[in-house]
Amino acid sequence: MNTIVCIKRVPDSATRVRVQTGVPALDTDGVKFVMNPYDEFALEEAIRCKEEAGEGKVTAISLGPPESAESLRQALAMGADEGVLLECEGSGDALPVARALADEISGRSFDLILFGKQAIDGDNMQVPQLVAELLGVPCATVVVKLLIEGTRATAHREVEGGHEVAEFELPAVVSAQKGLNEPRYPSLKGIMAARRKPVEAKKIELSAPTLEIVALQEPPASPPGRIVGEGPGAVPDLVRALREEAGAL
Amino acid sequence: MRGGPGPGAAELQTLALVRQLADELGGEAHMVALGPPPTAGSVADGAEAGDPSLGSSGADSGHPGAEAKAKLLGGYGADRVFVGESEELALYQPDVAAEVVGRLAAAGEYGAVVFPATALGKDLAPRVGARLGRGVASDVVGCWVEEDGTIAARRPVYAGKAIATLRFREGPAVMTIRANVFAPEAREGKGAISAVDLGGIERRVRTVSFERRGRGSADVSEASIVVSGGRGMQGPEHWGLLEELVDALGEGAALGASRAVVDAGWRPHGEQVGQTGKVVSPNLYFAIGISGAIQHLAGMRTSKVIVAVNRDADAPIFGVADYGVVGDVFEVLPALAEAIRGVRQDG
Ligand SMILES: Cc1cc2nc3c(=O)[nH]c(=O)nc-3n(C[C@H](O)[C@H](O)[C@H](O)COP(=O)(O)OP(=O)(O)OC[C@H]3O[C@@H](n4cnc5c(N)ncnc54)[C@H](O)[C@@H]3O)c2cc1C
Ligand SMILES: Nc1ncnc2c1ncn2[C@@H]1O[C@H](COP(=O)(O)O)[C@@H](O)[C@H]1O
Repeated sequence: MNTIVCIKRVPDSATRVRVQTGVPALDTDGVKFVMNPYDEFALEEAIRCKEEAGEGKVTAISLGPPESAESLRQALAMGADEGVLLECEGSGDALPVARALADEISGRSFDLILFGKQAIDGDNMQVPQLVAELLGVPCATVVVKLLIEGTRATAHREVEGGHEVAEFELPAVVSAQKGLNEPRYPSLKGIMAARRKPVEAKKIELSAPTLEIVALQEPPASPPGRIVGEGPGAVPDLVRALREEAGAL
Repeated sequence: MRGGPGPGAAELQTLALVRQLADELGGEAHMVALGPPPTAGSVADGAEAGDPSLGSSGADSGHPGAEAKAKLLGGYGADRVFVGESEELALYQPDVAAEVVGRLAAAGEYGAVVFPATALGKDLAPRVGARLGRGVASDVVGCWVEEDGTIAARRPVYAGKAIATLRFREGPAVMTIRANVFAPEAREGKGAISAVDLGGIERRVRTVSFERRGRGSADVSEASIVVSGGRGMQGPEHWGLLEELVDALGEGAALGASRAVVDAGWRPHGEQVGQTGKVVSPNLYFAIGISGAIQHLAGMRTSKVIVAVNRDADAPIFGVADYGVVGDVFEVLPALAEAIRGVRQDG
């Protein structure tokens, strides 16, 4: 069972986001970066697939700046066997990123490609579907349960009001939603072992973007709210304000 | 769409933007509707903005049949509705939907292809984007045509902590739109119907069933009013108070929850609002006994009107709430449900 896991290095969710002046980019000064949280579920699933099959290899791929190697090291410490760094600046358009990942993946043998459902920086939720279409393989997104028997897979996908159950053949693309599993912490042994595992770094050029980020702004500060009052006595005023001022009832 | 306020809210909101773009670009508004032959059941349908704008939308419960659907959409400005019907389309079949919308979009000179940012639309849009050689703008909250005729859009990134403005280099601009942003407007469209060819489509994935979760209240990500409870509710046994409020607010209201509550096992993960849960932007959001952690705000701060009830006057939630009541949830909630029931009955 060979799996490929795509991992992105992103700003930690608790980070205060500041925008640079003049250029549509984040001010990364003092920002803590982590492995995209949804990619941890993807990685854990890949490692479990390998453990259950009793054979195979887990390859972690990350596209981004050289620092993305840190996320690959973390993946190796959790249990991935090898890392591949596609070094470039990244893009605000998911398509060139997906093309580069698909190019790298198409030269490899795999049964399953795992992604997070979404990277928490651009919040795109696109790369898994794009890669699947580019490679021409089945794709199930937002998966909370995955069952594999031989080359048959059944995935439960989280949708409004419940789960959709989808069936497909491997090789395939699956994107992980929270709930798929409980990601493990790297053990000390894992961290030691990771040092001897290979990370291949290659510089790449992305294709031209089809859309561009022309501006990035901090959201308008919402006008300070109003404390209507205290306790149940404030309820009539609240309901009146919701009705008459806000037109929300 | 399932459980939303009235039939096809996601679909009509999609059509609203498609119609707006068609007008600005000087073209037609087209929609795609995929579903089973007319009976009751779930439907997957796409909307397309036409010549030059194409849109695609969400899943429905109860399929009125092609003509009824075209008539309804025609009443909101659709010039043409492409209808594809087969039994398997009672459920969302990603490869069928992608191929149908992809073929139509490639054949017509569409300026834009629009999907609702529902589970279905977010899954589908990139599949269509890949076929057209376009990246997708996800979760769009504003969209317009620039003087040079290119399309621009605004969308939240970093969980709403920043807003990006995007320019599409060339058409068609492929995007998903956030719920409750674009308002449907009744107006006459040509309302023509075309049947789509469902032949020769490779199905790599088969959706075989839908497992409904819990009771039949609206889903938090589609609801026009959300009532979320936090750790301040003190335990799952007190959710009846929130259900009373949801009930008083009527159809279109749904329950949400903070992560603290979901992690404690008081509520299912599907109700979680925030960074690692659902992102919602209803017309009205109630944060009840929720402190207002940044990861919770990430999921609800774009709501139109925010109400907070918390006994701690310094809780950060009051920093984003439009209206706050400082008080004990157990005293405020019953009074609130009763007062709202009262005004709704008065009409
Ligand atoms: C990576 C990451 C992702 C996260 N994702 C999410 C997410 O998606 N969604 C999310 O919600 N959180 C998320 N969190 C957790 C978040 O940081 C907070 O811990 C969580 O939102 C707190 O939930 P709460 O407001 O219900 O609880 P608390 O912070 O404990 O707040 C309870 C509030 O209730 C009030 N209260 C208590 N009793 C009463 C009473 N009787 N009457 C009135 N008020 C009362 C208190 O004053 C307090 O303000 C995430 C955290 C991390 C690190
Ligand atoms: N630069 C990247 N390098 C590696 N994987 C990525 C990258 N960008 C996105 N992905 C993968 O695609 C998933 C969805 O990302 P997105 O479509 O950007 O929201 C992520 O959870 C990752 O698994």
